[in-house]
Amino acid sequence: MDSALIPKGVKRCPLWQFALFIGAVGVVLAWGVYAMLLCWFKGLNQTNMNDYYGFALWIWADLAVIAIGGGAFFTGLCRYIFGKDELKSIINYAVLIGFICYSSALLILAIDIGQPLRGWFIFWHANVHSMLTEVAFCLTCYFGVLTIEYIPLLLENRQVDRVPFFHHLGHNMHEIMALFAATGAFLSFFHQGSLGGVAGVLFGRPFAFREGLYIWPWTFFLFTWSAAACGPCFTILVTKITEKATRKKLVKDNAIELLAKISGWMILTYSIAKTADTWYWATVTAPSKGLTWDFFYSNNPLYGKWILFTEIILCGFVPAFILVTKKGRKNVPALWIAVTLAVIGVSLNRWVMVLQVMAVPVMTFDYWAMYFPSWQEIATTILPVAYGVIMIAFSHRYLPVFPHEAELNPVEPLPSDEEQLAAAVEEMVDVEQELKPAEA
Amino acid sequence: MFPFNFEWIWDMSHVVFMGGLWYALTILGIGLTYCIIKAAIDTIKGKDGHHH
Repeated sequence: MDSALIPKGVKRCPLWQFALFIGAVGVVLAWGVYAMLLCWFKGLNQTNMNDYYGFALWIWADLAVIAIGGGAFFTGLCRYIFGKDELKSIINYAVLIGFICYSSALLILAIDIGQPLRGWFIFWHANVHSMLTEVAFCLTCYFGVLTIEYIPLLLENRQVDRVPFFHHLGHNMHEIMALFAATGAFLSFFHQGSLGGVAGVLFGRPFAFREGLYIWPWTFFLFTWSAAACGPCFTILVTKITEKATRKKLVKDNAIELLAKISGWMILTYSIAKTADTWYWATVTAPSKGLTWDFFYSNNPLYGKWILFTEIILCGFVPAFILVTKKGRKNVPALWIAVTLAVIGVSLNRWVMVLQVMAVPVMTFDYWAMYFPSWQEIATTILPVAYGVIMIAFSHRYLPVFPHEAELNPVEPLPSDEEQLAAAVEEMVDVEQELKPAEA
Repeated sequence: MFPFNFEWIWDMSHVVFMGGLWYALTILGIGLTYCIIKAAIDTIKGKDGHHH
């Protein structure tokens, strides 16, 4: 029924099966939308945020999706600026994942600000002394870049591409994609960094406070570094999940291996830098405020010392060592483990830098504040996941997201097609036999 | 925010922050406008394009 919209040379499931899948995910999406509307109409009293937790699950989710969405800018940088042509096989998907992540981040922020109708205030009445203003500017502009990078993919749909204007527009946008990719990398560097900078400048929160370079605390650079390192791992992870779901090979091995290798070296160097930063903070910065490092880790279920070990060793050095070795990258289960750990690691880092910062007591009358999100917060955090699945499903079905899919999965002609082909060949042979040699 | 708004102050923070925003938006705007105009010209000329 929708075969005219499906890219040439690839096979897709029947429409009813696709509709059933979208319907199932749509139920989750509707649940999230209901919770979102509750937050908008009834207010932030629908959440479990309080005086301790002004930043809560949403801000963690926001920072986490921005970090794992960093695969788009870093893959774009490698593909268009550094000329790594092997990444052509995966760049469209990296852009799509980035688009989903950043639109999700903006959606979460729209819920979190409580009054989305006043969202434009940050641009018009900007507080130019706030790192979050820079984040808002860069985030919005970079979402614009991702939209511009996603549009050519939409224009390559079989039916849209038949319209000459759209065909030329898509072609022209491809031609100057390096300009957009460079702008995207510039914007990403600053907003990823500023999200880390927000934590690092909190001199009233000794768990987060860091020294740094000029106005930028070390967390500024660590956040950008970790996003560039772990973002591509999320791209690989989602690609692998998509391949499992569709039971097809969608991306060439050399693209995955190159991305995994670059990511591995980035994670390794990041983990070393993070270790040095933590060491300096524990031995110099925190003692200079009259505190020891174990003061910041409690025996409660959320913020024990295990979290530091898990973040830096288990989800930092372990995936890094797997990905920097050729044997590790080529081993499929090891690759799965490495990219999964890296994604967990960067998400855990954002959890620590948002939630643990809030939990640590800073006044003599304070206590370790615990927090568990309300169902509305959980539903609105799951909402972007359902939205992402639907976006991927539609994009994969109707757009040429994977340029090498047809080559990697040749479609075998159906028996009826084979019969028709054989009959046509036979007919041609008969006609040729009736002709004189010169005519034949 | 623009320099003609009452909140505007001519200091480094305003110039850097707002200047950065306008700079990024200008690049994206010019890039996109170029693509659209060129696509319109190519369509009128009936030029045959190909994708990369």
